[in-house]
Amino acid sequence: MTQDYRISRRAVLAGMSAGAVFSTLPLGSARAAGSLTVGFIYVGPKDDYGYNQAHAAGAAAVKAMEVKVVEEERVPETIDVEKTMESMINLDGATLLFPTSFGYFDPHILKEAKKYPNVTFLHCGGLWHEGLPDNVHSYFGYIDEAEYLSGIVAAHVTKTKKFGFVAAKPIPQVLRNINAFTLGARSIDPTITVQVIFTGDWSMPVKEAEATNSLADQGVDVVTCHVDSPKVVIETAEKRGLFTCGYHASQAALAPKGYLTGAEWNWEALYPSLIDDFKAGKKIPGLVRGGLKAGIVKTSAYSALVPDAAKAKADAIKAKFMGDGFAIFAGPIKDNKGATVIDAGVVRGQTDIELEKMGYLVEGVIGSTS
Amino acid sequence: MDAEPPPRTALAAFIDPLAAPLAAGMATIALFGLFVAAAGKNPLEVYRLMAVGAFGSWFSWQNTLLRASPLLLTALCTALPAQMGLVIIGGEGAFVLGGLAAMAAGLPLADHGAPAIVVQVVMAIAGMAAGGALIALAGALRHWRGVNETISSLLLSSIAIAVMNQVVEGPMRDPASLNKPSTRPLPDADLIGNLPGMDVHWGLALGLIACVLAWLLMRRTTFGFAARIVGGNARAARMAGLPVGRMTVIVTALAGAAAGLAGMIEVGAVQGSANANIAAGYGLSGILVAFLARQHPLAVVPVAILLGGIGASGGLLQRRLDLPDAAVLVLQGILFVALLAGEGLPPLKEWKARISR
Repeated sequence: MTQDYRISRRAVLAGMSAGAVFSTLPLGSARAAGSLTVGFIYVGPKDDYGYNQAHAAGAAAVKAMEVKVVEEERVPETIDVEKTMESMINLDGATLLFPTSFGYFDPHILKEAKKYPNVTFLHCGGLWHEGLPDNVHSYFGYIDEAEYLSGIVAAHVTKTKKFGFVAAKPIPQVLRNINAFTLGARSIDPTITVQVIFTGDWSMPVKEAEATNSLADQGVDVVTCHVDSPKVVIETAEKRGLFTCGYHASQAALAPKGYLTGAEWNWEALYPSLIDDFKAGKKIPGLVRGGLKAGIVKTSAYSALVPDAAKAKADAIKAKFMGDGFAIFAGPIKDNKGATVIDAGVVRGQTDIELEKMGYLVEGVIGSTS
Repeated sequence: MDAEPPPRTALAAFIDPLAAPLAAGMATIALFGLFVAAAGKNPLEVYRLMAVGAFGSWFSWQNTLLRASPLLLTALCTALPAQMGLVIIGGEGAFVLGGLAAMAAGLPLADHGAPAIVVQVVMAIAGMAAGGALIALAGALRHWRGVNETISSLLLSSIAIAVMNQVVEGPMRDPASLNKPSTRPLPDADLIGNLPGMDVHWGLALGLIACVLAWLLMRRTTFGFAARIVGGNARAARMAGLPVGRMTVIVTALAGAAAGLAGMIEVGAVQGSANANIAAGYGLSGILVAFLARQHPLAVVPVAILLGGIGASGGLLQRRLDLPDAAVLVLQGILFVALLAGEGLPPLKEWKARISR
């Protein structure tokens, strides 16, 4: 009778002894004396054609340097990211970390920065302020410059004068992009309107597809977006025969018939330069910021659909961004309820901190922030 | 005319319930090994790394235990009602609502300078009450309106998450949380600390205590006995005069309270404020844990640690072997399916009976 149990018992014992063996095994350490190990942490998949892919492209550029890169994707903004950071520090010997999601910062990065004062944390998002630990820095780009150029390009090809914008949440970063895109388009043709649809979260593929389809049904002929992965929006728009402008990374490959241009991060330029500074022992500022001129953002190459007039106009403004500067938010600017939000004569340059508290949609945007 | 069945030995009593999970575990190891082999990785190296990442050092153990602690409580949200034959899958909603209610109750107290322990106790009570109310509603709908509790708890959970999002983006939003709508943060002094000598917060201890209490309640009290009678046959239980409705509400409320407490710990020990991050799927993983533990409150403990370990080692697989994160999901999926398939197999003693026939 007891024979029936023998296998199980043996298995239990075998399992226990295997566990004991495992727990005494040394770590296959990735530590190599003297060389720098850099950790990259992403909130979503590395191949999302969007936010995370843009960062992964930056990491790939770092891999070409003489440093060891460790990466982890789909790490939630919970205790998970704290443990991932600690695991990279303790098990991989990382001394420089790029936790790339906005929500990693407070409280997770701040906690770890206090715990590991010898590790440097570079965070994407720009929440840094005086008084934070010295080993925390933040970087971000003025991607609204590229959005403004997308708006200019799109304004040259539209027939219906109606644009659509699929956005995640009505927060300042997103509103600034919507507004810059709209202002760019209306600088060419003030009759253009931009219908915005908020999906409520960063990754809502079903809602994003529904939103894009409903925009197409309303007669919109240019669609862009600000969600984590623009893939669904761009592919859906392509199927509906709409023009598209990309975001985060290039989606040109997804929409050969409709892709015009797009606003892209240029982390593959920024990251190697940050790491060079780090290795050279240069002090990294708390707040690394910049737009087209600093090479932190870029535009997708114009597709064959973009007419020469559009290229000329967009390139002229781009030259200003690259040169002395160009203020997108120069008064008078009204919101879409008719109230003046930037008075005539007031010019809010890119570094103006007021722009980072943006809570309105400009005239010409159809939609509401609440 | 039949002889008395031979008395079950202590060993048999111990191993019988373990046989199916062990077989499922081994099948999982084999299948996942094939999967990673197909992806061009050495399965032995994968398992070695997983063991190292989950249990290979004190750091790994703490990582594992920390990830396991919310699962201990959210698993009870499914395991407790299961004793009464109810399948509740709304733990995520109770977790999120618990976290939100805890902040709503804790912030004003913290503002008035109440001692940390008072703030924390009130937060725990508020979290448990909110989570308990949500799941009790599913129980009540089931008993008095005949609404399927599985569906209603799932839908109530969606509503709870939407309510949380609405509240943190509206009435409770901290105006300083520009790009990440959140409630105001708790003062550092009111945050729940770590267990002595460990880098693991008190949630682990509370989770373990809750699992033991749940086991005592269900296996060592007349209430638990009655609950399991209802689980066996609700109609017979009613005929026998058991207050099925009241018991349903109590058990589902306790279940929701467990998940609500986990939500309170998440905001009180980890996040420091309530925002969309608290809907991170702990409630959903709890369902998995409860089923893997075959709804046994004590078995929840090792299973939660196992899943915590899988989570803790997942990062190492990505970093060392370049496996995608989805590999860990595949592993969990195989484990779950293997276990459910194993449920359908007859217990060992029936095999013996068949063989001797």
